[in-house]
Amino acid sequence: MSVLPYFVAAWLVLVGLYGIATSRNLIHLIACLSVVQSGTYVVLLAIGFRVGGTAPVFSDVAPGTPTVDPIVAALTLTDVVVGATVTALLLAIAVQTHKRTGTLDPDELRELAG
Amino acid sequence: MRHRARLALFSAGALALAVLLGWGVLGLPRFGHTHDTVGDVITAAVTGERHVSETVGAITFDYRGIDTMGEELILFVAVAAVAIVLRDEHEEPLDEGAGRTSLQTSETIRFIGLALLPCVVLLGLYIVSHGHVSPGGGFQGGVILASGALLLFLAGDFRTFHRTVSEPVGDPAEAVGMGGYLVIGLAGLAFGAAFLDNVLPFGSSGDIASGGVIPLLNLTVGLEVGAGIVLITIEYLETIVRVRQREVVP
Repeated sequence: MSVLPYFVAAWLVLVGLYGIATSRNLIHLIACLSVVQSGTYVVLLAIGFRVGGTAPVFSDVAPGTPTVDPIVAALTLTDVVVGATVTALLLAIAVQTHKRTGTLDPDELRELAG
Repeated sequence: MRHRARLALFSAGALALAVLLGWGVLGLPRFGHTHDTVGDVITAAVTGERHVSETVGAITFDYRGIDTMGEELILFVAVAAVAIVLRDEHEEPLDEGAGRTSLQTSETIRFIGLALLPCVVLLGLYIVSHGHVSPGGGFQGGVILASGALLLFLAGDFRTFHRTVSEPVGDPAEAVGMGGYLVIGLAGLAFGAAFLDNVLPFGSSGDIASGGVIPLLNLTVGLEVGAGIVLITIEYLETIVRVRQREVVP
């Protein structure tokens, strides 16, 4: 099953998109966006994985030991940070939306906007 | 009806996307067998070039240090944006005591929170300062430091937390974290090298004083991330306190 991790990532993206498209609550929608984003973590780490590779930290293994790709690990770190900040900002917008309109349902919001 | 139409539209798009993703995935290198990537080049060079044993940290703060600056800027802007979005323009002054009765804690939580506080802060500082030697670094350690600050909220009340952490520590720490990264970058120019060039001596691998500017950049990012998360949490807590305030005073 050498492609299974990639399909897991694709499945996470698609199932998250399904959640976004059918969501009836903005908080649920933001959680679904996080699911989509976790698909990108899986695909990045899957691309960097090496059979038999260890973590790219040479404090207790000798330099030259086969390791997993450190670049995608650094990219995943960026991805996680950006994901967390985007979630925080979107949740703030959801709080403010509820304060102004009294609802978190995207469909009702559209009716309010006319 | 509208839901059914939306679902049909989504299904068509998702199916096309699934086919494209599946097609692309089958063209990727076999899982676990990628070869000769840039990562391999850096992994082979990092211990000799930078005297750093943690390759991910060296990539984040040295080889692609300018991207990390952008990433830190995203966090900085997001913190400001959360504050702007959550605050109303015509708002009554915040009565910090309003949340006190409802956000009160028990003696057990107070004791355990205060007992854990020094341990968590120490762990956070350790993770921040050893980011170039062992797994960890500014981002991870910063989050641990922020949870240490949040223990103060759990152990005390919102008023104490707001007065002792937010204004005297949070705001300056975030600014120093962001500004410090830029200053270290400009130091490269001052030494006649490129922006964010690693101009300090590299030391010997495995030492805490190794890797040139990498530990300093870790420290600034740790400040920025820790303070940023604390400030975001304070904005949310303030919103809760305001809601309670409105309920208490009808």
